[in-house]
Amino acid sequence: MNITIDVQEQAQQTTINLAGEIDAYTAPKLRETAFPYTEKQGADIVIDLSGVTYMDSTGLGVFVGLFKSLNANNGTLKLTGLSDRLKRLFDITGLADIMNINSGSEGGV
Amino acid sequence: MKYADYIEMKIPARPEFVGITRLTLSGIASRMGFTYDTIEDLKIATSEAITNAVQHAYKGEDGEVLIGFSLHEDHLEVVVSDNGNSFNFHETKEALGPYKENSIEFLREGGLGLYLIETLMDEVKVHQNEGITLFMTKYLEGEQVERDAETVST
Repeated sequence: MNITIDVQEQAQQTTINLAGEIDAYTAPKLRETAFPYTEKQGADIVIDLSGVTYMDSTGLGVFVGLFKSLNANNGTLKLTGLSDRLKRLFDITGLADIMNINSGSEGGV
Repeated sequence: MKYADYIEMKIPARPEFVGITRLTLSGIASRMGFTYDTIEDLKIATSEAITNAVQHAYKGEDGEVLIGFSLHEDHLEVVVSDNGNSFNFHETKEALGPYKENSIEFLREGGLGLYLIETLMDEVKVHQNEGITLFMTKYLEGEQVERDAETVST
C-alpha cells in the first residue's frame, strides 16, 4: 500500500514511472515529487501509469493539478499505460476528454 | 426482519489507514461473490468516503472513522461514519428517513469523490447527526448470486 515514483529526466522530456497505489496517503507524495517539474517553461512530461494498481479521486486531483500547472507554463502532459480500470476512472469523470491519455492495451504512442 | 451479518472496523482518521480498509473490503466482497470490476468499484467508493471523513470532518485533528459492512444475501452495504463513536447500526439506519438528492449538497466540497461514490454504487444515503454517516449499497448481479450459490452447495 505504497507508491514508487521514478523520475527520468532527459533533455526534451521528463518521464515519471509510477507503481503501486495512489490514494489519500500517497497522493501528496506524488504531488510533491512531480509538481516542481511542471513549473519549468515548456516542460514535456510523460507519466507512465502501467504499474498503478489502485487509484481514486485523490490521484485524479493530483493529475488535474499537474495538468493545470503545465498548461500555465506552456508545457504538456501525457499519461500512458493506463489499465482499463484507470481509463474508466478518467472516462466517467470526463477527464479523458480534457487530458491526453493513452491506455496500455491499445499499444498507443 | 432478518438481520444480516455485520462486520465493523474503526480506524484512526489518518490517510495511511485508508488502504487497510480496502484490504478488508476486498476479502468481504470477494467472499460474497462480487466480480473483480465490482470489487474495484467498491474499493474506490469506500476509500472516497473514508478520505472525505479524514480530510474534511477532522481536518488533521485526531479522530476515528467507523466502517461497517452489512452482508446481505443479494447486496453489500458499506457504512462510513466520521463521528468516530460507535453507533447502533440498525437504529441509525431507521432514523434515516427518505433522504432526497439534495441531502448530499452539504458534502459537495468533496466534489469528485462524492460523484464517484454516487456513480459507482447502486444506492447512496447520507445521514447527519454529530458527524456524517454515509450508507452505500452494491447489489450482486443475478448470475453472480447463482454462481455463488453453486459454489456453496458443492
